[in-house]
Amino acid sequence: MVRKVVYSIFLAIIVLALAMFFAAYPFGKNKMTVGEYYLNHGVAQTGAANIVTSVVLDYRGFDTLGEVSVLFAAAAGVAILFFLAGGTKREQEDLTKPNFVVRVGSRIIFPFILLFGSYIFIHGHLTPGGGFQGGSIIASGFLLLYLSYPGTRTNRDGLSIIEGLAGLTFVVLGLIGLFLPQYSFLYNFLPKGILNTIVSAGILPIIYIAIGFKVASEFAGIVDDMMCQVICRGGGK
Amino acid sequence: MIYYVGSFLLIALGLYAVIIKKNLIKILIGLDLIASGVNLLIISIGYVKGGTAPIFSRAGLKASMMVDPIPQALTLTAIVIDASEMALAVAFVVLLYKYYGTLDIKKIRSLKW
Repeated sequence: MVRKVVYSIFLAIIVLALAMFFAAYPFGKNKMTVGEYYLNHGVAQTGAANIVTSVVLDYRGFDTLGEVSVLFAAAAGVAILFFLAGGTKREQEDLTKPNFVVRVGSRIIFPFILLFGSYIFIHGHLTPGGGFQGGSIIASGFLLLYLSYPGTRTNRDGLSIIEGLAGLTFVVLGLIGLFLPQYSFLYNFLPKGILNTIVSAGILPIIYIAIGFKVASEFAGIVDDMMCQVICRGGGK
Repeated sequence: MIYYVGSFLLIALGLYAVIIKKNLIKILIGLDLIASGVNLLIISIGYVKGGTAPIFSRAGLKASMMVDPIPQALTLTAIVIDASEMALAVAFVVLLYKYYGTLDIKKIRSLKW
């Protein structure tokens, strides 16, 4: 009881400190100089209609490469942990069989989820969306498949190959920039094209499609590992 | 303004769950609440009064009408990273449950500090 009171006071102090700090930054104030610069020069410099995309992939492209590596590390960590735990597995009971509506409904809706996900990441430089969101949507389609057909196993080797190729595309596109006269990593060397068309913004859509495949395969792998803990008999792989 | 208050509340609730709760799953939910609160906070810092999304999707949109794109770009990746880290944390919890047969951190001896 004393513990709870002490920690509540502690929390109140933290929230108060946050509130005092943000009193200096009133809500809806004008934007920062950097954001102002990106908004004014983003279209001319990158050719992408979506300024968020040009910040993520062009101005901060190297940062995004790091984020993708973090994602890979987390997915690999999940796989390694479950692989190490394979020895102590107990016999698992069967899940309840999903009912008819779930099975048929997921079979109908699964291709549309894939289509929607790929639409999101192909149009990443034109509309709100991009590789990360589209990849997550596709992985959620896989999750639906696992839930409605508990026996499903995805082809893990295929997923690894897709993931590796997507990551390689990102890095190779970045490295090409180093051999050009501009000499910078992730230089946007392709023509910018016309604003608001699907083939525009140089290498940004290609990178976003690669990220979409990478995120989708990584999340599908995580879902596969997790479901295997519930369903598989005798170890993960 | 209400977004600031909401994000502070989310962060405080998450911290409360992390500190007070004994169940590992509830602690993870608390961590996720903190992440959501921080994301909401970052997004609402970038808001400009009356601003629209930073996408030049039609003619006539000017840069002065748009909100700050940088917080949105930061949050975009943070959400996915957060999801994958939660998956890693859940994997740890599954293993802990397998070895100890409980989720109570009081009973998991080697977690004492």
